[in-house]
Amino acid sequence: MSSSVASPPQSGGRHQKKQNDKPASLWSDAWYDLRRKPAFVISAILIGVLLLMAIWPTLFSSVDPRACDLSVARQAPSAGHLFGRDNLGCDVYSRTIHAARNSIVIGVLTTVLVAVIGGLLGMVAAFYASMTDTVLSRLTEIFFAIPGILGALLIASTFRDQINSILLVIVSLTVLSWPMTFRIMRAAVITAKNQDFVVAARALGAGPSRLMFRHLLPNALAPVIVVSTINLGVFIAAEAALSFLGVGVQSPDISWGLMISDARDRFLDAPLPLIFPAVFLSITVLAFIMLGDAVRDALDPKLR
Amino acid sequence: MAAEVILEVRDLVKHFPLTTGIVFKKQIGAIKAVDGVSFDLHKGETLGIVGESGCGKSTLAKVLMALERPTSGSVKIKGREIAHARGGELKAMRRNIQMVMQDPYTSLNPRMTVGDIIGEPYDIHTEVAPKGDRRKRVQELLELVGLNPDHINRYPHQFSGGQRQRIGIARGLALQPEIIVCDEPVSALDVSIQAQVINLLEKLQNELGLAYIFIAHDLSVVRHISDRVGVMYLGKMVELGKDVEIYDKPAHPYTQALLSAVPVPDPEGREQRERIILQGDPPSPANPPSGCRFRTRCWKAQEICAEQEPLLQIRPGTAHESACHFAETHDVVHVN
Amino acid sequence: MAKTKNDLLPSEGGFGNEPLLAVDNLHVEFHTRAGVVKAVNGVSYSLSAGETLAVLGESGSGKSVTAQAIMGILDMPPAVIPKGEVRFRGTDLLRLSEDARTQVRGQRIAMIFQDALSSLNPVFTVGWQISEMFRVHRGMSKRDAMKKAVELMERVRIPAAKQRVNDYPHQFSGGMRQRIMIAMAIALDPEVLIADEPTTALDVTVQAQIMELLADLQRESNMGLILITHDLGVVADVADKIAVMYGGRIVENAPVHDIYKAPAHPYTKGLLESIPRVDLKGQELYAIKGLPPNLLDMPSGCAFNPRCPYRQDNCVTDVPPLHEISGVRSSACHYWREVLDGS
Repeated sequence: MSSSVASPPQSGGRHQKKQNDKPASLWSDAWYDLRRKPAFVISAILIGVLLLMAIWPTLFSSVDPRACDLSVARQAPSAGHLFGRDNLGCDVYSRTIHAARNSIVIGVLTTVLVAVIGGLLGMVAAFYASMTDTVLSRLTEIFFAIPGILGALLIASTFRDQINSILLVIVSLTVLSWPMTFRIMRAAVITAKNQDFVVAARALGAGPSRLMFRHLLPNALAPVIVVSTINLGVFIAAEAALSFLGVGVQSPDISWGLMISDARDRFLDAPLPLIFPAVFLSITVLAFIMLGDAVRDALDPKLR
Repeated sequence: MAAEVILEVRDLVKHFPLTTGIVFKKQIGAIKAVDGVSFDLHKGETLGIVGESGCGKSTLAKVLMALERPTSGSVKIKGREIAHARGGELKAMRRNIQMVMQDPYTSLNPRMTVGDIIGEPYDIHTEVAPKGDRRKRVQELLELVGLNPDHINRYPHQFSGGQRQRIGIARGLALQPEIIVCDEPVSALDVSIQAQVINLLEKLQNELGLAYIFIAHDLSVVRHISDRVGVMYLGKMVELGKDVEIYDKPAHPYTQALLSAVPVPDPEGREQRERIILQGDPPSPANPPSGCRFRTRCWKAQEICAEQEPLLQIRPGTAHESACHFAETHDVVHVN
Repeated sequence: MAKTKNDLLPSEGGFGNEPLLAVDNLHVEFHTRAGVVKAVNGVSYSLSAGETLAVLGESGSGKSVTAQAIMGILDMPPAVIPKGEVRFRGTDLLRLSEDARTQVRGQRIAMIFQDALSSLNPVFTVGWQISEMFRVHRGMSKRDAMKKAVELMERVRIPAAKQRVNDYPHQFSGGMRQRIMIAMAIALDPEVLIADEPTTALDVTVQAQIMELLADLQRESNMGLILITHDLGVVADVADKIAVMYGGRIVENAPVHDIYKAPAHPYTKGLLESIPRVDLKGQELYAIKGLPPNLLDMPSGCAFNPRCPYRQDNCVTDVPPLHEISGVRSSACHYWREVLDGS
């Protein structure tokens, strides 16, 4: 099952040889494991379809999501309008497809920002230690103390008139989420920092940037990648929550959260306009979390 | 010894502070890892440093490499102080002193190819990088340490422990240093591979005129490779002399106990062999005994040992330096 | 089956000439993604009461895997034992049910490991961990078991045992932790003690203390001791007989004095010539060329042939059997006579 079976349980460190016989790196090993995992394959296919949806929504739907007609509001599904029509008479299927772009853009950009900001700060804190580390670590604790969605709600509602709504969602989620990545990166770098090859590079006279980017970063990246993959799903869900609460994506932009919010008043007599975006949202979040799980298992054999 | 002194260590002290408090740290004591060590290293010679875990030999290596700043004392390479050098000056001095580390599995960056690992010194010290074909220079180094130069694009995990140690040695040689600090360079290797690496180190010394500080806990290996040997106990050098003096005529009780405990790979006369079994464990380096640090485990200890610290000097009846008030040579490794 | 489980348990009585423990033609494979790792390929050795057998070999030689197979602590799968027997007082342990095996493991055959720190549970006191042996296997009360734990700690010469019985593992030094491991291993008076590199992680003066302790304990209780090590010095100090392993096979079997005087296998000979000695200053060391074999891709014929100075054509084609040299010695080399003569 696992890649580490080549080494039977040993009493000490004198037996690493067997493991090292196979010419495979961490990444190619992980890739080998991933390809054989149904969870990975399914989530990868789902994500592939979702990405396609975000990039070329017109491939999936030729109906204009903004062509609404109040006279056919809440119309039941039909051949031309698979998911029926919502409260304003817009095509639910087309809107669901087009909403994927905003959700995924927000998810991806937030994830990247969180990984870069949290990762860089975490690396700097772990590398310089002492005062830098103390200050940054205490700072993250302050952020940890703010309840997630409430904090985002606060930021989003305070600045909602100044900034574009999509940007605002990204910023407020990033501000509240980077401390998690910070901690993970910091822990990974502290582990890597004590390894002999880093000491060897210091003995050669390597400067801070070489130590950080050539030696520490490549060896501390794996856990950050794992958590980022999972985060992506979480951010998409958070965006939906914010939009549902009215401080996220604003009309005329489309998002699943917004669609759910719009449909909730008439849910009892017209459940479909709420159910379809909700199902898409759930599947998307699930796909990313499944992918993150699979990647973690592949990158960290110790957890198996 | 007539050869030029290239490394001069005087009264070297390294204390690690023990602190409490998170933001406002308060020092409550110190681990006295290295506590007043002095020695010279001559060009082309090997000085072995032996001692048990916690004696400060690895800290000594780190201070010599300027990976740790000493608390006090001096380390001079060819007359220039490295202990307090900074920036460009320190970087330039590093070209003359390099190290080989203990664990070949962790001392090479797993994400870099062998070519990048051995070539990295040239990325850092661009002023000494070979003009033109750097790849060729790296391949020469690979050949020098007995590896196939065609393996330049492989990753460390594709090599065995002994081969990785050779890669580490090649990296240390890239800048053509005169001094190499070897910190337990063979202790992680299999017996049959140890001999290969020791022979390689000796060959390189003869060809390149290197001087080694050879730190190890294995007294047999140290004897084999060293011209002179220093014995450390709890941060102090307790005995220092030529290898025959230390091994055949040890004067300090700790050295005698250490040597008598080494198993000799020959069962002949094993019942008659003298064995000094020390009682208990070494005291903590945070709170070493007064006077002589070995006195708590020493069978010769008297009152004076607690009151007066024995200095490392030549004592009556011996030809080399030892730090014991009652120094007396006594051969423990040869069966009579 | 007519027999109950207990009938299958090894009895106290002797079985004629049967030694205390006999490993017979043992094979162990690991089925991995990269292929089948043949870790042990037909190992046989035997041990009598009061005897010390040293199993000498480098990493990957199969010496630890053999011991784990004896103890029954291999993870199966991936490990598979396709062939062989491990007879303890005449009973093949490999055929016992897991329940019956548990009766033997730890009680009658015990084992200590190289890394004492990771073998002890950090969240329980050492007294609790030692006394657990008595509570679980002997059904003793907490108080009695604790008393026994203190006695055992005194027996392995831990100073101030009474005061230290409630300390946690991290409060002890490496040597003291190894003593605690030994105390747990000998708690139930085992007949066989397997020590897997017991002193490798320890300093030489502490190593001397531990080896002396093991020898004394063995003398007191007449245990059979299997000492697994790579250290030729330790072996020369304590062993009665030696089995040298290479590439999952035993290449030489001999009483300790014979092997150091005149080895009969090129690998043993190479090892002996390649180690520096504290009592002699040598010239250049003899180095066995090449690398230990890759267990996934063993050389044909004799596993040592790519590194062997005595190699002839048949070494590449024929696996050398264990040739008997005398009643107590054997060597798995086609050319053992030449090696023995030193030519």
